[in-house]
Amino acid sequence: MGDGALGHLRICDFTGQLAGAGATKFLAAFGAEVIRIEDPVTGGRWDILRGAPPFKDERRGPEFGSGYNNHNVNKLGITLNLRTERGKELLAELVRRSDAVTENFAAGVLERWGFGFERLRELRPDIVYVSNCGFGQVGPYGRFKSWGPIAQAVSGLTFASGLPGRPPAGWGYSYMDHTGGYYMAMAILAALFWRARTGEGQWVDLSCTEAGAALHGPALLDADVNGRPMRRAGSPHSNRNAWPAMAPHGVYPTAGDDDWVAISVVDDEAWAAFAAFVGQDWATGARWAERSARLAGQDELDGRVAAWTAGYDRFALAEALRSRGIAAAPVQRPAERIDGDRSTAAWGLWPTVVHDAIGSVRVDGLPVHLSETDWVIDRGAPLLGQHNEEVYGELLGLSTAEIGALHQNGVI
Amino acid sequence: MTHTTPGGPLQGIVVVELAAELTAYTGKLLVDLGASVTLVEPAEGSPLRRYEPFLGDRPDPDRSLWWWHYQASKSSVTADLDTADGVARLQQLLAGADVVVEAERPGSLARRGIDETALRAANPRLLWVSISSHGAADPRSQQPSTDLTVLAEAGPVWSCGYDDHALPPVRGGGGQAGNVAAHYAVMSLLVALLAREERGHGQRIDVNAYAAANVTTEFASYTWLVAGETVQRQTGRHAAPRPTLPTQVEAADGRWVNTGPPRRGADFVALAEWLGQLGVADEFDEFVLLQMGAELEHIGMDQMEADDLVGEIFAAGRAAMFFLAGKLSAYDLFVGLQERGMPAGIIYSPDEVAADPHFVARGWVRPVEHPELGRPVGYAGAPITFPATPARPLRPAPRLSDRQ
Repeated sequence: MGDGALGHLRICDFTGQLAGAGATKFLAAFGAEVIRIEDPVTGGRWDILRGAPPFKDERRGPEFGSGYNNHNVNKLGITLNLRTERGKELLAELVRRSDAVTENFAAGVLERWGFGFERLRELRPDIVYVSNCGFGQVGPYGRFKSWGPIAQAVSGLTFASGLPGRPPAGWGYSYMDHTGGYYMAMAILAALFWRARTGEGQWVDLSCTEAGAALHGPALLDADVNGRPMRRAGSPHSNRNAWPAMAPHGVYPTAGDDDWVAISVVDDEAWAAFAAFVGQDWATGARWAERSARLAGQDELDGRVAAWTAGYDRFALAEALRSRGIAAAPVQRPAERIDGDRSTAAWGLWPTVVHDAIGSVRVDGLPVHLSETDWVIDRGAPLLGQHNEEVYGELLGLSTAEIGALHQNGVI
Repeated sequence: MTHTTPGGPLQGIVVVELAAELTAYTGKLLVDLGASVTLVEPAEGSPLRRYEPFLGDRPDPDRSLWWWHYQASKSSVTADLDTADGVARLQQLLAGADVVVEAERPGSLARRGIDETALRAANPRLLWVSISSHGAADPRSQQPSTDLTVLAEAGPVWSCGYDDHALPPVRGGGGQAGNVAAHYAVMSLLVALLAREERGHGQRIDVNAYAAANVTTEFASYTWLVAGETVQRQTGRHAAPRPTLPTQVEAADGRWVNTGPPRRGADFVALAEWLGQLGVADEFDEFVLLQMGAELEHIGMDQMEADDLVGEIFAAGRAAMFFLAGKLSAYDLFVGLQERGMPAGIIYSPDEVAADPHFVARGWVRPVEHPELGRPVGYAGAPITFPATPARPLRPAPRLSDRQ
């Protein structure tokens, strides 16, 4: 097995999309041998990202989806047809040699293929099995379908993103696919840590919706303890900050087309610095000096601030405010935070990998650095069945002729 | 399961947390995983104790519900790190700890005489988790920032909001910059704990909240990285380089539902039958397109690009869902679509989730006894449940008088 913090671990990986593949990407970046298994009959299309945009150039098809590449770097890829008896035998061999089995199918799919937890444990008594689906496998919604936007909706995240008197703005991306993947990675790693200390495996049944609902804890307490539901007049207003309460606090227009600046005045001291910088009578007078007055008059205050910011360049304004101890930042476009802000590249946040079909391409790196066993992302995602020879040959000990026969018989 | 050992997979792991907004959720997740977490607070109490909302809206260091949620089951000790005594106390704590989690401004611990190198030499198994707004080396980590400013700068805010761009883009609520940093902190700490089992010694982990939010923007980042295109925000759905159809619909009871795309022939059959059962098929103008959709096996994104008729059928499927929304409550639309095999989600407020039948059946909410209220309070459930090592019940967060 390989180098890295997790170089001693092998993952038998059925994940896909982002909510699953994102989890095993994290493990692979720390050296785990992640063997991603895909169906040869459907050409791996269970993972719709295989053929989905964005694309680097005019080429299309299941080897060109760059989201798939982004979420599957550093992994090995094999094909395996579990409709065949021989396929099931090969999977059993693979499970015997794996530390964890991971999947984010709809509930019950792996069980129907004959590889539920009891079977996995027969094959490998200390196996860690982590399943990840929208609602978890147990409960009235166990068979319900989900992906990021649905987990966000049901967990409360969508509602809590918006402006008063308007529909939910929600999240303009699959926040809960990322986050479901994060919790899945935690589940795998924590269960492997328990196994390392006790020798015991287990099945962790992750529900993305539950993981998402845990992200708004204080709102549950406010409703239970104070009888104050979030669904009420004027709420939510998620550009403001009630916990802790601050004003002004918002996203304000600046010079330019669709250009905005975020400003948080965290306390009276920050307000004094802000007012002095604004230098206009409405700001420097006593009217807004106290936090309680600023909170009570937020609509009017926001109007004043927005009129004042409107003439500024957002980058220059944020810089000027920050240098005076006031929290502020431009609302950055992707180009600005990826290419314009050199700190992200300096961190190594956008590593370049070579994908054997797509070519050279940048992907998301990791926002952490470990002093002794840091991550490495240096290989593109696998082509469909790219590592069949390596896995079936070197790991399972099959001959080239046997592997050829598996191809011919539609097993791999 | 052969047997279970209550206490979570990290039971026995001793964590010292220097109380800060950016450490709070990391510490909480470690509690949920079974670690013993001790907060370090100054004598007057952590400023986090003054975060709203308060029990009965009465500001008090023991009545902050924010503090209750994030600090439940943690212990607390008093140590003023601006004094020699406080520094000595911290050093003593760290000598016996597995993990320290801190989000002090980079360099400020060293200025107070807390020497990380020496402490790690004294306790070679110590894992040092350092969370900052922009990474230890970035000057912005020395300047003030908030959840809003980090999310604005890092991309999430650009992608969220409304079709109408005269309205400002929107920050998703709930302190998610800290949460994303916490997710990466815990994932990385678990890697380092596993590595410690193999290698025997600890290490330092730098967590960058700005970078974490940057790589938690899905399509927005890799559309730029790969295709050089910029996504534009849209109401209640993915920001995209080109406009897409709405997915979010207001139901007859004024609540909203997020709908998925109709993809299979069976979805069109089910929608047509549902309209028939409700006796409203005649009112739906595109009914014939639904019947054509029944002939398709599956609609892929690439087919829609290639064939206008497939696109029209797809749009009719969506329109049928929106039409049904006008006839049904949000809950009935959500469950009705799901029972017919189509993904959909009711848009609950966070507190409404606790009462949902599925969450109730799974026992998600955690009751915590609160003597000052004379009744248990419903706390958010643990995000992950480990059957071999179930979590212990939560204890209320440490009160000022509970501190050691």
